[in-house]
Amino acid sequence: MIGIELEIVLLAVTVAVACALPGVFLVLRRMALMSDAISHTVLLGIVVAFFVVEDLTSPILIVGAAATGLITVALVEAIRGTGLVKEDAAIGLVFPALFSVAVILITRFAGDVHLDTDAVLLGEIALAPFRRMVIGGVDIGPRSLWVMLAVLALNAAFLTAFYKELKLSTFDAALAAALGFSPALIHYAFMGVVSVTAVAAFDSVGSILVVAFMIVPPAAAYLLSDRLGHVLGLSAGIAALSAVIGYFAARSLDASIAGSMAGAAGALFMLVLMAAPDRGLVALARRRARQRVEFARQMLTIHLLHHEGTPAAADESRIDHLSEHLSWTPDRAERVVASAVKAGHVTIEDRRLHLTQEGRTAARRTMLG
Amino acid sequence: MELLHDLLFDYTQRTVALGALTLGAVSGTLGVFAVLRREALLGDAISHAALPGIVLAFMLTGSKAMIVLVTGAFVAAWLGMALMRVVTHHTRIPSDTALGIVLSVFFGLGLMLLTFVQRRPDAAQAGLETFLFGQAATLLQGDVVVIAGLGLLSVAVVTLLWKEFKILTFDPEFGGSLGFPMRRIELLLTTFLVLAIVIGLQTVGVVLMAAMVVAPAAAARQWTDALGVMVWLAALFGGLSGAVGAVLSSTARLPTGPAIVLVASAIVAVSMAFAPRRGLLWSWIRARRGRAAIRLDTVLTDLYALYLQHEELDHGHHPAVLEAMSDVGEGALPSLQALEDRGLARRFADGSWGLTEAGRDAAVRRLAELRPELVGEHGERSAPR
Repeated sequence: MIGIELEIVLLAVTVAVACALPGVFLVLRRMALMSDAISHTVLLGIVVAFFVVEDLTSPILIVGAAATGLITVALVEAIRGTGLVKEDAAIGLVFPALFSVAVILITRFAGDVHLDTDAVLLGEIALAPFRRMVIGGVDIGPRSLWVMLAVLALNAAFLTAFYKELKLSTFDAALAAALGFSPALIHYAFMGVVSVTAVAAFDSVGSILVVAFMIVPPAAAYLLSDRLGHVLGLSAGIAALSAVIGYFAARSLDASIAGSMAGAAGALFMLVLMAAPDRGLVALARRRARQRVEFARQMLTIHLLHHEGTPAAADESRIDHLSEHLSWTPDRAERVVASAVKAGHVTIEDRRLHLTQEGRTAARRTMLG
Repeated sequence: MELLHDLLFDYTQRTVALGALTLGAVSGTLGVFAVLRREALLGDAISHAALPGIVLAFMLTGSKAMIVLVTGAFVAAWLGMALMRVVTHHTRIPSDTALGIVLSVFFGLGLMLLTFVQRRPDAAQAGLETFLFGQAATLLQGDVVVIAGLGLLSVAVVTLLWKEFKILTFDPEFGGSLGFPMRRIELLLTTFLVLAIVIGLQTVGVVLMAAMVVAPAAAARQWTDALGVMVWLAALFGGLSGAVGAVLSSTARLPTGPAIVLVASAIVAVSMAFAPRRGLLWSWIRARRGRAAIRLDTVLTDLYALYLQHEELDHGHHPAVLEAMSDVGEGALPSLQALEDRGLARRFADGSWGLTEAGRDAAVRRLAELRPELVGEHGERSAPR
């Protein structure tokens, strides 16, 4: 059993990393939902290829599926190119239509064949180890593991070879075109890689997990770093981690492995969303709170400087009157004063505030911008 | 006739057709705002995000009543949308990625819960998936009433908050600066969309509900530039796809959801091809006319340039000369004939062509419009090259 479990985890990690790497560019190019579209329309490719070869285990099915992926991309591009609908609507028009055709074909003409829409969409990775790869009579592991390793190698090679082109066309498409790179060529080559990855992966893990691995880890990585190289690395790491966590969660709950892995990816994303050092929600809230106090402190020093040396100064500088003058609650006024004292901008004497030299300089600097 | 009879008197057929019609009209109406706000795939995300709610509602109550499952679906999908809004408002993650995250993670969690429930010994959970993949035949008259009630409610809300929804769609920053609570308006709109989708799920299923939001609105967009007209058209197209799809599915024995989606897709295709002004056919005709007009100008002014060499109108020039002077696409002859029809050019017995007097004057006028710098410098007699 250990051997099979290890194989499943290995396969899941390979799928996760193979999806997460191109996923980074999908997210950055704002085409995240193309992964969703492709992973649904491949069903049509499989159905049509099945009608041609009439064999559910034939590799032609995979070829058909990958071709449908590219057809989906081309159709979306053609519809968007008319300028009549936006890209998101184009995606939303193409994939339900192709998917509908596939479902109709299945129910009308393949009702007696085991070509189940649920099975295609949901996938079952636990079955993967039972399809072995045998070369020269020697069992060398599950077939899908080898397929996914090949896809992973392809993705890594593609991203390495065209790193510069992808990066440039992602961040500055106009400059890329001006420098003589063909945006269309890069687009289709990249989407070809995405298609092949989606098809190979969904064969073993189901389409929903393909979408999860392609979108969620890159999004989490995007919150953690500004450097493309780091985002790619982090994305692969997060994807692999969610595969491992998801597997053990599924085993202890006796629940769907693909579902648990998607759930684990979501949990990791939530963790990053909350706790990312710079862009997390917690860091964001703390930064805003700090800025609010800082701004109030600046208001206070400017207020004091404004009235310093005037007859009204004695009245304006009383702590108890701040709530009236600056319309703060008394509680807030106390907190701002405490922070200003701590910063060395004011001193308190007899419940009255006095600017220090430092506070005066700070107030002037703030006013001058 | 039999079809009409069945529609009127067959309970299942009538219910399914009515339900699909109402559902299409409601999702079409609300879809207009989603499509215009470039969130066309909101429907896709919402329908996937509903799954964990459906399963959890069943786990907590043990009931499979429509109202229980719809409530669960609504809560989960609404939470998913709230999460998506938090992510897009507070981080730099693009909205399509945020949609994808909600879609895949919620669906994954739902799948996890579903399999967890299914592996328990009792069989009470059987049939939860049909809610997900859609089974229109299970629609009851009561469900149609619920859908229709929801439809009336959303029409009322869209009418009452017309101005607010419009400003949310086209310029939310401006709306915010006017003091409208844009976030709350957005939330309300999303809530209604969620409601429409979770109710529609059991009729057309998760994957295809996305199309019911996008397709009617995308088709309606081609026929008009006015939001009000677009909403009515989208409701009409949505209702039409629902009704026709339902009838098709019962007469041709097709699954209902895909049949409805294919009808909706066909309406989109027709709209994109033939809608006046925006449609592909019209832009093709417009482009063709534009090219012909440019060729006409070219041939007219080229003839004038040739005329200037001899300054006599009786001197003819062969079309080949004109074709050598400028690229006039399919040849100079069609343009020359068009000029002849307008009395601007004439054909000599040897097949050569020259300007008429009216043609010469027209060429001078056209040159003054097209290349004023030439006329300004050298007067009327200057050649265009």
